[in-house]
Amino acid sequence: MRTVVVAAVGEIPPGGRKIVEIEGRSIGVFHLADGYVALRNACPHEGAPLCRGALSGAVTSPAPGRYRYERRGEILRCPWHQWEFDVRTGRSWVDPDRVRVRSYPVTVDGTQVIVHV
Amino acid sequence: MRGTGLIDCDVHNAVSSDAALLPYLPARWRRHLDLVGSRTFSPFTKGYAYPKAARFASRRDAWPPSGGLPGSDLDFMRAQLLDAYGIEHAVLNCLYRAPEQRNDAFGAALAAAVNDWQVEHWLERDSRLRASVTVPFESPDLAAVEIDRAAAHHGFVQVLLYPRSMAPLGKRRYWPIYEAACRAGLPVGIHAASTTPGPTTASGWPSYYIEDHTGLAVAFQAQVSSLIFEGVFDRFPALRVVLMEGGFAWVPALMARLDALHHRLRDEVPDLEHPPSHYLRHRIRITTQPMEEPERPGDLVPLLREIGQDVLMFSTDYPHWDFDDPQRAFRTRVPADLHQRIMYDNARAQYRFAA
Repeated sequence: MRTVVVAAVGEIPPGGRKIVEIEGRSIGVFHLADGYVALRNACPHEGAPLCRGALSGAVTSPAPGRYRYERRGEILRCPWHQWEFDVRTGRSWVDPDRVRVRSYPVTVDGTQVIVHV
Repeated sequence: MRGTGLIDCDVHNAVSSDAALLPYLPARWRRHLDLVGSRTFSPFTKGYAYPKAARFASRRDAWPPSGGLPGSDLDFMRAQLLDAYGIEHAVLNCLYRAPEQRNDAFGAALAAAVNDWQVEHWLERDSRLRASVTVPFESPDLAAVEIDRAAAHHGFVQVLLYPRSMAPLGKRRYWPIYEAACRAGLPVGIHAASTTPGPTTASGWPSYYIEDHTGLAVAFQAQVSSLIFEGVFDRFPALRVVLMEGGFAWVPALMARLDALHHRLRDEVPDLEHPPSHYLRHRIRITTQPMEEPERPGDLVPLLREIGQDVLMFSTDYPHWDFDDPQRAFRTRVPADLHQRIMYDNARAQYRFAA
């Protein structure tokens, strides 16, 4: 596994993202409320630049007539066909076991954001 | 698609604002646009009936950095589509709402303006581009005049109709359009489009876009049946019809059903020269987007074979939200001969592109 410095701490604002090129692969680095995550920037469906999609949340319902909007900013929607992915795991919302995008560990070392590929 | 050509049969160029058409409108209709504005049959003066999946029904990454609507910037379209995928020819279908105007003469003036704008800003600026002629198809006599006029430019390769018409498109009232299309040597393309007067499904107005989108396949089937049984194909032997963005998985079922019924009920349509499926196979071409995506991707191949190797023509629907990537749209391996026909040969023959 290689480590690559992709940004300085503070460079990507909370809720923001940076798309980087690592060894010919396009990877999106997201700054969530509690840290960073990184995903391959290619939708497993038709290859769209997934990491340029909108971040939204998920509506869940524990019972009829009751609903919650949760996980704000953690659901990534593909910019083409709107397939949704959990930005933390890369698993798709509709078929998490079969449809997933590669995710990479991210660590912060003092002033640097590092992706492990 | 490296090594073989690629033709994209459905791309959308957008008129960014009515102001772009002003230079192409006579003073009388500029004044009308100013005083009255666009009055369509849609209950929505701005925007479309449904929010669709994304703003302007477009890919989120298709908004040009220059501003303006997706599909309005040729340089950006070149970078994101034509150059990126090595497209040899692309057929533009401008969905500006000229054909939906309540005022027939205004609709005709807008259609002519759209076509002149397409010549100047698209066809004359990139030799890869071709376009469909926008026509006020609910006024077939005016549509015929516009076909005769616009077809003088070699960049126009098709006449553009929508599947949601006031009456089934086989009816005699629409025949002047087919007569003019044959005169010009152009096929008639029917493209899924927003709100024309009829409800979007055969059973009235639905609540959701997902119903609207699915209902289109049924609208196309009704139009195909109408064109066949009203005798349009027999009356106009040179006429070809292209169905765009209506799906294609329904084709084998419709052919089988129509043929079976024709065996039993043909006394009702004694003038028909061939069994219904004959017209589907020989006179109709269908674009691929939105690509059918069966649960088992390999199931697509027998379906393509059954529809017929000559019928399907590849399309991306750029820049819309359900865009198909030419290299990824088939989620299974399509045999090379069939793939070549769908991606290139069929469209080249249909639109008579030079080799």
